[in-house]
Amino acid sequence: MKTVDLVVIGSGAAGMAAAVEAKKNGVDDILILEKEERLGGILNQCIHNGFGLTEFKEELTGPEYLQRFVDQVKELKIPYKLNSQVIDLSKDKVVTYSNKEDGLVKIQAKAIVMATGCYERNAGAIMLPGDRCSGVITAGTAQRYLNINGLMVGKRIVILGSGDIGLIMARRLTLEGAKVLCVSELMPYSAGLNRNIQQCLIDFNIPLYLSRTVSKVVGKNGRLEKVILSAVDDKLQIIPGTEMEFECDTLILSVGLIPYISLLNYIDCPTSSTRGAVVNQYMETMVDGIFTAGNCLHVHDVVDFVSDEARLAGRSAALYLQNKINNSENKINIKPGNGLSYVLPQFILENSLEDIVIKFRVRRPVQDQIVWIKSGETVIMKQIKPVMIPSEMVMIKIAKDKLVGIKEDIVVSLEDR
Amino acid sequence: MKQIHDVLIIGAGVTGTMIARELSKYVLDVVILDKNNDAGDATSSANSAIIHSGYDPEPGTLKAKFNVLGNAKYPKLVEELDVPFIQCGSLTIAIEDEQLPVLKELAERSKINGVPVQLLNKEEVLKMEPNINPEVKGALFAPTAGIIDPFNLVVHAMENAIDNGVTFLRSQEVLDIKKENDVYKVKTNKDEFYAKIVINAAGVFSDKIAQMVEPIDWAITPRKGEYFLLDHYADGLVNHTIFPLPSKKGKGVLVSQTSSGNYIVGPSSELASPDDVSTDGETLGNIRRAATLMVPSIPFNQTIRVFAGERATCTRHDFIIEYAKSDKNFINVAGIESPGLASSPAIAEYVVETLVRPLITLKSNPKFNPCIKKYHRMHYLSEEEQQKAIAEDSDFGEIICNCEHISLGEIKEALSRSCPPVSIKGVKRRTRSGYGKCQGGFCQPKVLLLLAKHYGVSPTEIPLAEDGSYIIDHEIKEAK
Repeated sequence: MKTVDLVVIGSGAAGMAAAVEAKKNGVDDILILEKEERLGGILNQCIHNGFGLTEFKEELTGPEYLQRFVDQVKELKIPYKLNSQVIDLSKDKVVTYSNKEDGLVKIQAKAIVMATGCYERNAGAIMLPGDRCSGVITAGTAQRYLNINGLMVGKRIVILGSGDIGLIMARRLTLEGAKVLCVSELMPYSAGLNRNIQQCLIDFNIPLYLSRTVSKVVGKNGRLEKVILSAVDDKLQIIPGTEMEFECDTLILSVGLIPYISLLNYIDCPTSSTRGAVVNQYMETMVDGIFTAGNCLHVHDVVDFVSDEARLAGRSAALYLQNKINNSENKINIKPGNGLSYVLPQFILENSLEDIVIKFRVRRPVQDQIVWIKSGETVIMKQIKPVMIPSEMVMIKIAKDKLVGIKEDIVVSLEDR
Repeated sequence: MKQIHDVLIIGAGVTGTMIARELSKYVLDVVILDKNNDAGDATSSANSAIIHSGYDPEPGTLKAKFNVLGNAKYPKLVEELDVPFIQCGSLTIAIEDEQLPVLKELAERSKINGVPVQLLNKEEVLKMEPNINPEVKGALFAPTAGIIDPFNLVVHAMENAIDNGVTFLRSQEVLDIKKENDVYKVKTNKDEFYAKIVINAAGVFSDKIAQMVEPIDWAITPRKGEYFLLDHYADGLVNHTIFPLPSKKGKGVLVSQTSSGNYIVGPSSELASPDDVSTDGETLGNIRRAATLMVPSIPFNQTIRVFAGERATCTRHDFIIEYAKSDKNFINVAGIESPGLASSPAIAEYVVETLVRPLITLKSNPKFNPCIKKYHRMHYLSEEEQQKAIAEDSDFGEIICNCEHISLGEIKEALSRSCPPVSIKGVKRRTRSGYGKCQGGFCQPKVLLLLAKHYGVSPTEIPLAEDGSYIIDHEIKEAK
């Protein structure tokens, strides 16, 4: 069996950044495996701008952003294989992939970075009520049809979910000549970035209905004919008598993204409430030598942060290969406290080699908060945040010397000022 | 005058296709019509996918008779038709003490029906199924029950029938039937057909079809069943099909693994119009509660799809397999609800050997081959077999469906057979491409373009499922 020091699974914003960083940190024997026919992952279909503000201090489109990484991969001569789907993974890091040229190939990796991105919650996952007709499609799939294949999925469109892809698609479909009737959001606030609400909805006079969801889809002759939206109460239950009918041929679903980690499920790698793997401060999973980053760990709001997180995974893989990460160090759990939906990493190994970035999301929009990071009665850090919203990831850096002597679980929680 | 067929079958569900296959053993001109664009598109593909043992039907009924006969045919049938099938056995469980006598009654009933069963006590049940509600009091174990891939079953039966000479015509909705000069004239939305014998296997519409010939004293009152389908990561959640005690409304909400390793939970049972396969939150909530009572730890957050199917429930409360009152050349095979999948091969044999044989000369078809060519299911092959398949055709190495690891070669293979898919759903049912957690989010565009290329049509003409269910509205630029 062929041996490779580091196998990177996926070549999107996370995979390429991890591979480049590992190479820069002394790993020479790397292989990137990409299932699609080109490098770059989902960024290939994100032809809108808004990428790169943190990473490159300029505003780029998705393809422009990914090209910067492709250039580095090529410059550093990092080997990659396209059209190569990883179909199996074992706990001892044997990677099996398949493609036309090589057939079925097994590789013994010494370290792995999982950078497989996420998938979209779909009609089945949200138990969409009503008929089983065509014209109900997830935003990312509609985006792929349009931006990669030049195919439009409809003319009169309702969008469910105000996540960023839904907002971006509202604008994109309008620019392409469709009539977007409205965006409906289950929650009392949008799940998208404020700049996208302005640029994609308000600028195009597309109404956003909050606390409303699809109570029924109707399509008796194969294709969607009508969508019924109903208001929901504060328990998210439909309120009868609040129906609004929209005659339309398409319902775009932008109802959330889920880390795509079937391969880690095969090896029973522990996962967290983000549905990604449980990781330590090195982005290493509970399986020795398997690292992960990007949207397959937790779904990010901004791609620049994906690349940044993946660099940490790549750098850590290099440290691991140099035997500098000691997995037998004491583990200290980090737990989400009041007001948080999740926190990453879920645990840290003592004697950290690097400063630690704590990442979390709030459950609901909040103002004037104190973020407490405590271990028992010991305050590790206290930070004031004027505004936090669920759609934006919060990051707080902790210097590694502040963690010296910490033994008890660390809890991150919010308190009103 | 147009060609006169020996036999015309209305409806290409599991009943119709099994009858077509049975008829193809003889030298006959057989045509089978379906109003949908695929075989097995309605009730046959939206059900629990269980080959029932026969413990439940009332002794003496046609359901009891054909269920037991049909079940026995399955081990050989699935070899011939290359259909995934696991004889995992079923457990009908009692949660309360007062239910135990009912289990005993079912055991008696099983004995009369000729079904091998075994009564189990609490400890025995929990040993076999550790995830079952620990309050369980006992169970009836029926080892001959099995789980099957119902899509492959119907499509492969159709393929085999076509290979043996049957003609299958899709999207032909029967509008009228008349007898002219001793021959039936069957008018559809597209065409007219003439046949000596007509077999009505039209499922939930079989009463409408029967009424085109004569007044009938029965009716189909379709009952809808809604289901959850879960991903395949909860290994060992249940190892057998778990039933509650049956009631008048049916066998109740079951929890079972499927032949593909997923988990299915359902069905509900409510009256519905014949084309209603919608789902609703309230019904699904009830299913969830009923199922959780039997298996408390079902991971509903792994739901990948909810769906509904319709039972062709008949007012006679039994299968109807008989000549029309006014004419023996018209045969009704109606009311085939559960245990229809299990019964279908035995029903088909009875229809042909007992009902058709007196009407027409049955001469053996010397070219009849009961087997279809085996399909490549890459995921289930050994590494060596996979390597060999890819070496012979590199398309087997290119993965199209990320979730279920279905290759381009497998989709092309389905397209090359005599009952090929014409829709995204058709590909999904045959190959499992798009059957996983992303539900085609990633692979659907690839499959759609492949179908458009294969049939030489615009992507706008490829349906998701039935006719009219187009996915692409228009192309925004010249297709290069």
